[in-house]
Formats: sequence, structure tokens, C-alpha cells
Amino acid sequence: MGQITLQGVQKSFGPVHIIKGADLEIADGSFVVFVGPSGCGKTTLLRLIAGLEDVTGGAILIDGRNVVDVPPAKRGLSMVFQSYALYPHMSVRGNIAFGLKMAGVAKDEINRKVEAAAATLNLTPYLERKPRELSGGQRQRVAIGRAIVREPKAFLFDEPLSNLDAALRVQMRLEVTRLQKQLGTTAIYVTHDQVEAMTMADKIVVLNGGKIEQYGSPLELYEKPNNLFVAGFIGSPKMNFVTGELAKQRGATTIGVRPEHLKVERDGQGGWHGTVSVAEHLGSDTFLYVDAGPLGMLTARYVGELDLHPGDKVSLIPDPARIHRFDDSGKSIHA
Amino acid sequence: MATQQTQLLARTLLTPAVALLFIWMIVPLALTIYFATLHYNLLDPGSESFVGLENFRYFLTDPAFLASLQNTLVLVGSVLAITIILGVPLALLLDQQVVGLSIVRLMVIAPFFVMPTVSALVWKNLLMHPVSGLFAWIAHLFGLPAIDWFNDAPLFSVILIISWQWLPFATLILLTALQSLDEEQKEAAEMDGASAISTFIYITLPHLARPITVVILIETIFLLTVFAEIFVTTGGGPGLQTTNIAFLIYSQALIQYDVGSASAGGLVAVVLANIVAFFLVRIVGRNLEA
Amino acid sequence: MARMVTTRNKVISTAAAWLVGFLIFFPILWMVLASFKTELEAFAIPPSFLFFHWTTENYVTVQERSDYLHHALNSIVIAGGSTLIAMLIAIPAAWSMAFSPTKRTKDILLWMLSTKMMPPVGVLVPIYLIYRNFGLLDTRSGLIFILCLGNLPIVIWMLFTYFKEIPKDILEAARMDGATIGRELIYVLTPMAVPGLASTLLLNLILAWNEAFWTLNLSTLEAAPLTVFIASYSSPEGLFWAKLSAASTLAIAPILVLGWFSQRQLVRGLTFGAVK
Repeated sequence: MGQITLQGVQKSFGPVHIIKGADLEIADGSFVVFVGPSGCGKTTLLRLIAGLEDVTGGAILIDGRNVVDVPPAKRGLSMVFQSYALYPHMSVRGNIAFGLKMAGVAKDEINRKVEAAAATLNLTPYLERKPRELSGGQRQRVAIGRAIVREPKAFLFDEPLSNLDAALRVQMRLEVTRLQKQLGTTAIYVTHDQVEAMTMADKIVVLNGGKIEQYGSPLELYEKPNNLFVAGFIGSPKMNFVTGELAKQRGATTIGVRPEHLKVERDGQGGWHGTVSVAEHLGSDTFLYVDAGPLGMLTARYVGELDLHPGDKVSLIPDPARIHRFDDSGKSIHA
Repeated sequence: MATQQTQLLARTLLTPAVALLFIWMIVPLALTIYFATLHYNLLDPGSESFVGLENFRYFLTDPAFLASLQNTLVLVGSVLAITIILGVPLALLLDQQVVGLSIVRLMVIAPFFVMPTVSALVWKNLLMHPVSGLFAWIAHLFGLPAIDWFNDAPLFSVILIISWQWLPFATLILLTALQSLDEEQKEAAEMDGASAISTFIYITLPHLARPITVVILIETIFLLTVFAEIFVTTGGGPGLQTTNIAFLIYSQALIQYDVGSASAGGLVAVVLANIVAFFLVRIVGRNLEA
Repeated sequence: MARMVTTRNKVISTAAAWLVGFLIFFPILWMVLASFKTELEAFAIPPSFLFFHWTTENYVTVQERSDYLHHALNSIVIAGGSTLIAMLIAIPAAWSMAFSPTKRTKDILLWMLSTKMMPPVGVLVPIYLIYRNFGLLDTRSGLIFILCLGNLPIVIWMLFTYFKEIPKDILEAARMDGATIGRELIYVLTPMAVPGLASTLLLNLILAWNEAFWTLNLSTLEAAPLTVFIASYSSPEGLFWAKLSAASTLAIAPILVLGWFSQRQLVRGLTFGAVK
């Protein structure tokens, strides 16, 4: 079991409020990603759950028990650190076994579990090596092995993939997701990369300025962002925002259209007119950065190749069903 | 930041060290200040009386004070100049590809580990002795008259010995700094068409600015209170020629037993050292941020 | 990438480095040579460099004189004792400041550093009088105490900079792994800190062994370490160069060996981590 509940959790360092009251319900076995720009408090929130920081106010419940006064070791959670935090003086075996050793597990059982974990993670040939003799990806797997071997109530991941190169990151992303589904253990994963968040999460928590902006499934966030911040943060390339007369016509202060919901027409009649300033041809997609005069720069995405070049005149036609509307305070207006 | 539990433990563990150092700083200093206001001579017990600032007036107007202040400054300044001016090229040399570098390093660093009394005596007797010293013999080989180092150039002789002791320190620090200089920076400069000399002036030297400052400040702290080398070689003489402030205070306290005046001198030394310490603490402190 | 170096350059820099190294090392070498000469040869002009009658009689004489052994023992007890006590006080303090820093940690560290900058001569008088009144003059415990206090700031600073380099993440990982503070210390922190502890110990042994202000001023005979013993050769009538050299060689040899081991740590230790 690993159900985690946050009730009005607050954290301040002196006069600085890092977490301004977070309420959250994390179901057992789900994969929840905390995402947000740097400084939004996502790592602090994770460390509060881990017990590495004291809460200033509120309650953290793990399986219904308030753990705010419980030291990290007794919370039954395990953590994968951004830097991996492997013990440099211990072999891979020693690293993975350390938690079990601290818990006083019998030697044979430790060995059995360590070897099982190593087999799952393809680390068996490296068990007797020291961390410094491993590649980045292997170290990452040792850190994960250290976390799974203790069979915790939940895994906490603190930007674990940010030190890997792009190709390895994609591969580890899949491995982590697969492993979590296989073990069925609750996971909380912190990242600033919204692609990681969208691909890995069952549910995403978008944090900004110490507050939870929205909590929902990736597609909910994509399709029904609560506010301007979430709308702008989720999705790549970023949503286009337009203010002024065009927004007013639709009864909003700001309207937003995602690049993939702008139809591109050469010298078309309707829609928004502009001039291509940069065109990125990826083969599978074409990204256009269009100078739309008073509307500012707009980004449009076309699936497939589109033979347009800087200086070409285009018109962009928004999909009327996919226009997001926001009020004065930036909140979404739902029809 | 950590949890309150660990913070409390941390405070407890820190206390003994802070308490000890605090006592170590405050008690002797308070006593020094107190003694400095007394007429107090160990040879004349029972005659202690309050004299206010008289000791300071006596100490500061004593011609010996000005002479020893001058000697202190000359000594510190000369040793600093010698160790840095020789230390930079030496560090550059050791940063080259040298066969057997580890052995050369050992030879260069060795003087720093020699206890001050030993190095002073070896230089005074085996090397600088006007009759049987090696220098006298070398001078003789070139047909020059032997120099009676400790009579003709006493302060210079002391400076020479102390520079020999501290040159390794300066070299080692500068060498460490050089080795941390990014090779790519030098290569970038080379690609930009910089000659070896401009690379040195525009890349290497600025990189050495901070280690040089550190060398200056740390050596100054130690050099301000050079004692053993003078004690062993010249005893402050001839006359006052090699008496620095440290030695002057020593001789007033433990030779003339004039506690009051020596205490006043001690405070002067504390003030002088604090001026240097002020700058050193700022440099080291800035480094703490990183 | 290492750069290509022409053979010619390498020969020149090697020759130059060896020459300079030899010149700097020469006084020590000359002393060691003199220690194997007879007193007469040690004085001789022209001096003989290698072709003299090698003898170990100076060492035998020095060893036979019980006062040498007595002072050597004092040096060992005083340097060792003061270093160990300083380590015992400093380890918890440095641990605390490195792993649980507060807003005042930096100020405390700098204040500790500033006590090291107080010139010993500034407090010579009260220390001397306190020692006289408490019967601590010329005692080993008195010297242990003062050298311990004098080196404490350096010890704390060195340990602090070493501890600081141990990533906090790793200690937190241990905490997540269920280690108590005690076990965290034994299984994780200590093994990672051993190199730092060792070099701190070494450097402070060296500093205490060579300390020559308090030892010269606060001890005369009973507790006098080798620094004082060697200084007694400075009297004009004591012109026994070969024996002085033998005694000096013995006095610096162990420290030279330790120093060679710790030369890399020396820099960061003595610069309070400002240069690494």
C-alpha cells in the first residue's frame, strides 16, 4: 500500500514561503509527476514527503497515518536522487544492500533480494564494481536498484534523468515507467521537463510559485488547462496567446491556441495573416514562426512537410473548437 | 537545511569548539589589556600599580619600537616579494613536462617541513659562517672576500633564511592553481593567435591573481610573528638590527621582565595583525559562498 | 588533451627543474652530509662533498645522549597529543557546520580563523604568567594544551572543507535507507572522510612538531621538545656541527617523510580551502 495525502502542507525558510499550502491525494500504485519551472517548490515538496525537511504546517499522511514527526528512515519511502548519491566507497552490491542491512535483514535474504534487483536492472555483471567504474546510465540503474530493493510504499524520484544524455534519457524513461507498472508501487517523480511529465505520468501536478496550479491526467491538462500558466507550460511548442480585440470578440481577456491547432494556408482568405520569419523542417513536422503583425509572433505546427520559407505570406486559421479562453485573472473560462 | 532534530544535535556538537576558542581568545586578551595599564615588573614584585596609558606611551615612543616596526615591515615585505617573484616562475617550470617531476616536487617542498630552529642553525653555521661556511668557500673560489653575513647584513640574512622556508609554500600554492587552469582556455587563446607571452599575461596571470593574494595574506600572518629564526641566529642583534616586534615583546617580557610594557606591545601586535587579517578573512569568506 | 611537447623543450625544462630543485634542497642535503662527517671535516675548508670519511659516530653519540631521546619523546607526546585532542574537538564541530549550516555558520568559521591570526606574541605575557602560577611552565600538558588551541582553527577549517565536499545527497540517501545518525557516521561519512581526516591529522602533526614560539618560550628542559633542544646548539661555544647536523637530521626526518605524503593536502589546509 502506498496512498499519500497532503493536507494544507506549508513550508517556509524564514520569511520565504516555498510551499503555500498544498492539498493532494495520491492513489496507491499511481505514477504522479510534479512539474514546474525551477524554483516552483517541486523538489521541496518531494523532500517534505521524504522527511528530509520539516513541514512548517499541515499534514502528510501515508496510508492514513500522519508522518510529519516521523524521521525519513521510518516512513517506508525510498528516493532516487538527481546526483544518484551512490556511496562511492561501496560496490554496487553494497550500495543496493545498504538499506536492507540497516533494516537488519538476514544476510542470505539480502543477497537474494540484491541479486533479484540487479537482474531486473541488468546490473548483474557489475555487482562487484565501484560506482566510479560505471557509466552514467549504469549509475542511474544502481540508484534505482537501491530504491526498489527495499520494497517501499512509494518511490520518490528527484529529477533522476537530468544528468543523462538525450538518447539514454528516453530509454531510461521507458524503463522507469515499465518498472513502476510491473512493481505496482506508488511513484512521485519530480521534473522540470514537461515531455517527461506527459509521457510518464498517470497524473501530473503542475506547481508554480509554491502553489499547485492543477492536478490531473496529462490529457486533462492538455485539453482543459485551468489557467494561463498551465496552458503555457504544458504542450510543446508553447501555446500561442492573443490578447486585445480578437479575444474580446470571444468574451475573454486572452485566448490561446496550440500550434498544432492552427491550420496553415498559403495566401488564404480567412484567419490571421502573417509572414513566415523562420521555418523549421523536421521532415515529420514543420514548425513555422509567423510574424502576425499586431498579434505578435505565432507558432504553427504542420504534420508533414510544408514547402514554406521565410518571407512567404500565410494565413493561420484556428480550430474554433480548440480555442482556450481566459479571464482577467488568467483563469480558464469554460463554456 | 535539515530537520530540527539534526539542527539541535549540530548545535550541541559545535559548542565545545566555540567555547574553547572563545576562552582562548578572550581571557589572554583581557589580561593583556589589564596588564598593559599596570606598572608591573616581575623583578620588582609587589610594586604593581595602575599607570593608565603610560606603558603605551613608553612602548610606542621607545626608539626600539620604531626600529622593530621597520624591521618587521622590511622582513615581511622582502620575504613576500622574494617568494612570489621566485615562486611564479618556479611554479610555471614545474607545470611543464618534466621527467621525474614527483622527485623534483619533493625536493622543492622539503624546506617547508624543516623545523625553524633547524633551518636557522643550518644556514647560520653550515652555509653562512664567515670562515667555515660553504658560502665563504664559494666566495673564495671566485676570489671574493667572505661575507660575515650576520654582522654585515644581519636582517638580509634572516630574510634569506625565511624566504627559503616559505618559497615552497608559495610555489606549491601557485602550482596547484596553475594545474586547475583549464587547458582549453589556453588552447582558445592560442587559436585566437596569442603568443606564449600574451597567453601568460592575459590568461595565466589573471588566473594566478587570487592564489597570489592568498599567499600574501597567509604568509603575512605568519611572517608578522617570526620568532624562532631570530632567536636562534642573531638574538635580535647586532643592536636592534634584527629585532622585530615579536622579538621586542619577548625580550621585554622574558628578559627584562617588564610585564606592563610587553603587554602594551602585545596589543600593538594584535592591532597590526588584525589589519592584515581583515583582508584575509574577506577573501576566504568570499570563497565560502561557492 | 595533453599537448605535444617537443623533446628539446622537455629536456630543457627537465634540466632546469632538476637544477632548481637541487638548489632548493641543497641546504638539507648539505646538513645530512655533514651529519656523516667527523667534526673536523664538517669544518674543513675546502669542504668535501662526497669523498670524506663517512662515519655514523655522530648518530651514535646523539643516541647515547639521553637528553636527545628525552626531547624526541617530548616532541612525539606534545605533537601527537595536541593533534589528537584538537581532532576530537574539531570533528564534531566541523561535521555540524558542514552538514547543518545556519546563517551564522560562515561568521563562526571566519571568527575561528581570526583567532588563528591573533599573533601569539600578543598574548605571550598573560599565558606565561598563567602558566607560571598554575605550575604549567615546562610541562608537557601545558604545551599540549596551547598547541592544541593554536591549531584548532586550522583543524576545524580543514575538516570543514573536506566534509563540505561530501555531497549532502549521499548522507540523505543513507537517511532514506534507514540509517540512524550513528550508523550514518560509521558506514557512510567516516569511510568517505578518511582521506580528509588523515591529511588533516598529518598536517597538524607537522605544524605541532615544528612549532617554535610557544615551545621556545614555555619550556626549558623537562618538557622541551626537539625545537628547543636544537636551539640550544645556537650558543657560540656549542660548535659541534656534525652532531648538530645528526640531531637535526633525526629531528626533521620523520616530518619530512610525513610531509611528502601530505604535500597535496598541504595547500588546501594552509589556505583554508581558498586554493585547492
